[in-house]
Amino acid sequence: MSTTTPSRGSTGHDSAARDAETRRSKDEASTRRRRRLLVGYLPMVLLAGFFLFPVIFMFVSSLKPDAQILGDIGSPQAFLPVGDISLQNYSDVFDRVPVGRFLFNSVLVTTCIVGLGLIVNSMCGFALSRLEWSGRKVLLTVVIATLIVPFETIAIPMVYWVSKLPTLVFENNVPMYDFGWLNSYHVQIIPFIANAFSIFLFTQYFSTIPKSLDEAARIDGAGWFTIYRRIIVPLAGPAFATVAILTFLPAWNQYLWPLMVVQQESLRPVMVGMQYFFQLNTAWGEVMAYTSLITLPVLVMFLAFQRAFVSSIASSGVKG
Amino acid sequence: MSRKSLTAMVAITAASATALAGCGQAGQSDSNGGGGGDGPAQLTMWTHSAGNEAELAVYEQIIADFNGSQDEYQVVTESFPQGAYNDAIVAAAAAGDLPCLLDMDGPIVPNWAWAGYIQPLGIDPAITDNLLPTAVGRYQDEIYSAGYWDAALSVFARQSVLEANDIRIPDLDDPWTIEEFDAALVTLQEAGYATPLDIGAEDAGEWWSYAYSPMLQSAGGDLIDRDTFLTADGALNGPEAVEFFTWFQSAFERGLASDSGTIGNTEFNADEAALSYTGVWNAMDSLETVGDDLLILPPPDFGNGPVIGGASWQWGISDGCNQVEGARAYLEFSFQDEYIAEFADRQVVIPATAEAQELSENFAEGGPLYPFVELSERFALERPPTPAYAVISNVFERAARDIMSGAPVQSTLDQAVQEIDTNIESNDGYGF
Repeated sequence: MSTTTPSRGSTGHDSAARDAETRRSKDEASTRRRRRLLVGYLPMVLLAGFFLFPVIFMFVSSLKPDAQILGDIGSPQAFLPVGDISLQNYSDVFDRVPVGRFLFNSVLVTTCIVGLGLIVNSMCGFALSRLEWSGRKVLLTVVIATLIVPFETIAIPMVYWVSKLPTLVFENNVPMYDFGWLNSYHVQIIPFIANAFSIFLFTQYFSTIPKSLDEAARIDGAGWFTIYRRIIVPLAGPAFATVAILTFLPAWNQYLWPLMVVQQESLRPVMVGMQYFFQLNTAWGEVMAYTSLITLPVLVMFLAFQRAFVSSIASSGVKG
Repeated sequence: MSRKSLTAMVAITAASATALAGCGQAGQSDSNGGGGGDGPAQLTMWTHSAGNEAELAVYEQIIADFNGSQDEYQVVTESFPQGAYNDAIVAAAAAGDLPCLLDMDGPIVPNWAWAGYIQPLGIDPAITDNLLPTAVGRYQDEIYSAGYWDAALSVFARQSVLEANDIRIPDLDDPWTIEEFDAALVTLQEAGYATPLDIGAEDAGEWWSYAYSPMLQSAGGDLIDRDTFLTADGALNGPEAVEFFTWFQSAFERGLASDSGTIGNTEFNADEAALSYTGVWNAMDSLETVGDDLLILPPPDFGNGPVIGGASWQWGISDGCNQVEGARAYLEFSFQDEYIAEFADRQVVIPATAEAQELSENFAEGGPLYPFVELSERFALERPPTPAYAVISNVFERAARDIMSGAPVQSTLDQAVQEIDTNIESNDGYGF
């Protein structure tokens, strides 16, 4: 007994020591992991804050009167909903600008540009990447070359041309033709459906899909359109998501073009509406309320499609 | 594509083309006025006033009254936001789609007349003769535009602050000299105002020419030689100009003025700036904030008497207007003193006729803003009436900003003169 007790005691002591050692090493590992996480996450949190602060400032300021917005600048209060908080700026925005109409116009124009753009540009990319025809490489080069021409340099000639194009109108339910696309929805949509960058992206992505799929489908009797619709499109989800996002943002943010081609207030998009608030003295509270209103659809869309957005960036290697 | 579908497509295209060709052309209700029906001829009218409810309300009243007063013409209006207006006009001119009636900022009138956007106004001379000279836009001695109001700049101050610091209160007959003005700013800075003068340098664009070229003119310089309108040499880079810009630069260097802060009159109203170089449009807010203590003072005299920039928004008729008589009839109808007074009180701008001024609540003699009427009458000078002004204004702003930031005065002004002269030369003198 006397020999075993110390032994048992020694064994128990060793075991306790081992347990303590294990716990200590686990604690240390856990501490190291926490440190690593902290080191990893801290910059990300700071970076997220860096990007979020303007948005927070915008929403918070939209609830404050002008004097308070200007007074709070330079202090942390600028980011806090404190002081004289109300929805008055939103009410004033609706008095000054037909927000609902502008939002409707932007949603309509953007949806058409994105939707039709996906169809037209993907078909163009398909023809350039999958079909064998002479001159396609030259054409692709020309399409890519158009990317270096800034829109501002061709804006005025484009205004001239769209003002001369024929259009179908109805007068007393009788179809008539007229000239000039100005003051219409289609003048805001059609020039932006075909997009060189989108065509290039689709062409590149489609080129990565094995051509043996086409050959097999051809043997089975499929036409080119069937191959495009049944084989290529289902395999090109990330490319479609990327192009949709890259097309959506500039379409939503259109300013110069609608400014030049749309004179009727009822057809203007949201970005032109921004200028309504910049009179001799800017109404900053209303500016913030208006920007909040027109940013919401973009934020909602981003949150709704966040997963697709991130995966499309990861898979296509393109960021906006 | 199979032969069958190709044939079908060709057939559909041909049928569509035939159908379209068979359609008649729709009645051309273009924006130049006109319209094919039996009703009143439409007069299209564009304003820069979108978002400005007070101004739009008066226009709506005038248009309703005019449309109701006769059955030959009907005015239809579209309003644009001010910041986007000039671009919209240039684009519409390129497309040949300008409206019959359009408003424009006074200094741009000669350029648009030279470019062929607008035609001589041709309304009853009795109307234009009765307006403030700076409310009438001219190019080559021909009247192209007329406005209901003008604006004016002044120096806002608090009487109590000036008296507490033993600073003389200037008046129209005895404005501050530049030495007095400078000394007053130094005194106020020593009294605790970190930046005693809100000079408005945080603003951008046309403000720079509107606000600071009158100071240059008061010093004896100018934006261009007004005898020939062919060169800025000697006017913008002469010794008077150099002297003024040297002071301008030093005011920023010494912290008497700054280009930070907010556009408008916020700093003055909050008593963070002792003096504010600002416009009539800010007067009501300051009156409400400062009350009877507010002084509306003439700008300082830099050597040749105070100068205020003249010309605000005015109305013209586009060159392609198909209903010129109707456009003139509308404009003649609109220049009624009641409307002008209404604009003045709602917009807080100086009425363009003496009769409207008497009708005005704010600008009538004894009214709170009457000092601006006197300032405008005594010191207003129109910006150079040349098509080159658009370029001159841009170049001036850039040069003045560079000088404010410490660039050498003489060489910066010489460079500006060279840019302006090159532009004038490449446009064959803009008709001069």
